[in-house]
Amino acid sequence: MPVPKYISWFRDIGLDDRPRVGGKGGSLGELQRAGINVPPGFVVRTEAFADVIDPLERYSPLRSRIEALAADDLQMIGAVSRELRARIEDAPLPADLKLEIRDAYARLGGLAAPPAVAVRSSATTEDAADASFAGLQDTYLWVTQADSLLHKIRSCWASLYSLESLSYRLRHGIAESTAAMAVVVQTMVDARTAGVMFTRSPLSGDRSVITIEAAWGLGSALVGGEVTPDRWVVAKITGEISVRDISDKAIRHAQSPAGGVEQLAVEESLRREPCLSDQELDSLRAIARQIERHYGRPQDIEWAIDRHTQQILLLQSRPETVWSNKDSQTAAIAQASDPLQHVMRIFGGRR
Amino acid sequence: MNAKLKPREFPLPSSVKVIAGTERAQAAYPYHIQFSRTDDQKFWFYNSMHFPEPMSAFDMVTAEAAYCALGAANTRVHCLPTTLGIDHRIINGRVYIGGNAVTDPEEIARRTVEFQKRAFYYYENWESLYARWKTKMLQLIEDAKAIPDPQLPEFEPLEHVHAGRGIASNHDLLVTYQKTLEGYFRMWHHHFEFLLLGYGAYLTFFGFCKKAFPEITDQTIARMVAGIDAEIFRPDDELRRLARCAVELDVDAHFRDGATVEDIMRSLRAAGEPGRRWLEELQTSREPWFNINVGDGFYHYHRSWNDDLSMPFAAIPGYARSARAGKLQDREVERLRDERGRLIADYRELLANDEERAAYDQMISLAHRVFPYVEGHKFYCEHWYTNLFFNKIRSFGALLAAQGFFASAEDVFHLTHYELEAAIIDLMNAWSSGSEPRGPAYWPPIVTERRAAIAEWARHETPPALGPIPDVIDDPAIVMLWGITRESLDNWLSAGAATDSHEVRGFAASSGVVEGIARIVKSADEISRLQQGDILVCQVTNPTWTPIFQKIRAAVSDIGGSMSHAAIVAREYGLPAVVGTGNATSKIKDGQRIRVDGGRGIVTLLQ
Repeated sequence: MPVPKYISWFRDIGLDDRPRVGGKGGSLGELQRAGINVPPGFVVRTEAFADVIDPLERYSPLRSRIEALAADDLQMIGAVSRELRARIEDAPLPADLKLEIRDAYARLGGLAAPPAVAVRSSATTEDAADASFAGLQDTYLWVTQADSLLHKIRSCWASLYSLESLSYRLRHGIAESTAAMAVVVQTMVDARTAGVMFTRSPLSGDRSVITIEAAWGLGSALVGGEVTPDRWVVAKITGEISVRDISDKAIRHAQSPAGGVEQLAVEESLRREPCLSDQELDSLRAIARQIERHYGRPQDIEWAIDRHTQQILLLQSRPETVWSNKDSQTAAIAQASDPLQHVMRIFGGRR
Repeated sequence: MNAKLKPREFPLPSSVKVIAGTERAQAAYPYHIQFSRTDDQKFWFYNSMHFPEPMSAFDMVTAEAAYCALGAANTRVHCLPTTLGIDHRIINGRVYIGGNAVTDPEEIARRTVEFQKRAFYYYENWESLYARWKTKMLQLIEDAKAIPDPQLPEFEPLEHVHAGRGIASNHDLLVTYQKTLEGYFRMWHHHFEFLLLGYGAYLTFFGFCKKAFPEITDQTIARMVAGIDAEIFRPDDELRRLARCAVELDVDAHFRDGATVEDIMRSLRAAGEPGRRWLEELQTSREPWFNINVGDGFYHYHRSWNDDLSMPFAAIPGYARSARAGKLQDREVERLRDERGRLIADYRELLANDEERAAYDQMISLAHRVFPYVEGHKFYCEHWYTNLFFNKIRSFGALLAAQGFFASAEDVFHLTHYELEAAIIDLMNAWSSGSEPRGPAYWPPIVTERRAAIAEWARHETPPALGPIPDVIDDPAIVMLWGITRESLDNWLSAGAATDSHEVRGFAASSGVVEGIARIVKSADEISRLQQGDILVCQVTNPTWTPIFQKIRAAVSDIGGSMSHAAIVAREYGLPAVVGTGNATSKIKDGQRIRVDGGRGIVTLLQ
């Protein structure tokens, strides 16, 4: 098997490869390298994007057209966006690219039928610690056929030119030449429970707690705000659970037999039951600590528990940004000094 | 402003009435601890932490001696910048206290200069001063033990006469009494020599952790600071040793569940050489480690293990069974030390930067430096010494009872220490004049009246606080020792209005959730009622109760904070505990099914 020109398996990439595999792809590779369980998958690198976009650019320049737009002229941006997206969705794919993708997809399924995959955009500007604008690009879940996969990959590329993405780049002055798009193709997890966790308290910024939110079924119900998740606050070091908010989880998302995602009612007996056991919470805590240690900074992590194997799988991890930005603006809460001067905080009346 | 938003207020001291029929009992307390009109200007709170029950006239001496010594240390010895001492008042047997904050910035500055010359010297020389403290304290205990039991012979012993002693035995009574009392006041000075400085250093670290990790639990910080080989664990260690000894000597079968102490002792004495050897081992453990009492030592009826062996004996069968099964372990000091070290290192790693890490290192090392005193002093002061003191007073009670002053020796505790001196002098005079003492006609009705007054006071609720509410509570002594903040006052004010009647709330002392049967244990006598797997619900918890933690699934107490001994021991045993609930023993019914959530400090009544 020759070295693929356009795709890379997760195990072969890391954060350093972000210019070619995007933020999401680099992160998944990095997680797998760190020994974390991630659903198997590959990345369609930015070279593929370039080989599709460059002919379009040569035919009729699009980058200079975008950079000429006024950041506040939403109507004009919208019109350009529609046009560019349509051009990309219709653009022909190089034959060797199609072959590589079909081959990788088939291998993902092994001997079994081709698997259901998630197709996620992985922009080179996304997920950078200083510009978290996750969610601006598209994600397609439960893609089950190679043709459909090829189509969704183009849709992901096109999403780099969505109204939101364009106006974001224009507002932040991000050069078009740096905007490129890789695409992550990852085996879907048929999730019993899925959720997110923050290795830093979103409420207080406390680095010593992990906040875990989870609901039954696929994570899309929770991420999309369609269900109020169960919520736990777990001490990162000791594992003590200080908050257990178990909510009424009326619906869950599941794979639809027709493809895609469908919404189902949760069985009455499960609605008010915690969707994670204490043991699972502790496993999540261990994973969160490992990832945070690996990156050396607090993380926002998406994960799912496989319905069949009960295994915890990591879907993605990105650096926490809100409190980190605040940190850089505030001074240390205490400094070394004459060791005894510290007690004046208590005795000196200057609290 | 909406009138509804105006906070409710605490009653003024002058509006709190002495309960009808108890006026004379109230009048027994000296004038300077009775509330007066001028006290209405000041904020007071009920010290339910140390004095949860109405105090008998004699037991008031604990408040008097303790606040006298605490104030001296704060006001005059270490010169705390922002606070002086604590005033106390007693009404209806309840002790109210109020701090004296220093607010004038110039005065604070002047006191800060003094404080740093004094307190900093203590911190810098902590180990050597603490070593000296232990010597002083052990000497004081030896002195107290050397005080003879009071007695009056009919005739002065001949050897006194021939030796030309020149003073008679009735004078010895006064000397003995005054020495006993003097020793108690002195002990409290020793008690406070380091205490505020110790708590201050601990709270410095505590405050830093709360700032760095806003959601960290108190118990986690406590675990980082807690000593590993502190004296408070020794009594329990001794019981394990004795249980193991009993198994080795094959005498453990004598500790039958339900047998009385007398039965067990009798059958051990009849068990030949092995029984004798075990009793010898018991003797070595008893001095000093059985000098812990079943309460906090502030009431004369908190008797020690030495006075009542039923508490330690109740624990031996369980330990012996574990020893037989090869499962009785000593406290794993090394493991606990490693765990503490890892906890400190793991939190350190989470700090934002190296500046914070350097400050953290300094604060935790100071906290570790002071903590042996904070944990250790209680055994010597509140347990060992207090025990000797109350027992000595009890021997005066026995002498006076023999002379007809009281129906029983215990009645002596219904006299104030001033009155007791008068009764002793009454007896001294009668002995010397050859007349009958006046006491036997005078004291019995008063004792009856006061006993009834205490029972009456116990039936009435007392306000948690009195007087105008301060905007901020910035008095380090009050915050440190009682954990009282503006927030806790607001909670007191709203108590009753919004609380769920199926819930009891307290400090989250040790995490975990369990359900089980509540067993209300109000005194050591009731220990034997605990069945394996019960949830202990008690008023106070202290080292004495440690051995029964092997039997229970969780602990709930009326009194205590996250650094109370029960909390520390519960964490070591890995049992959920909620402490400082205020009213668990009255709100929970014996035998009721309850759920204890030790991580959140909530007890739910399930039936």
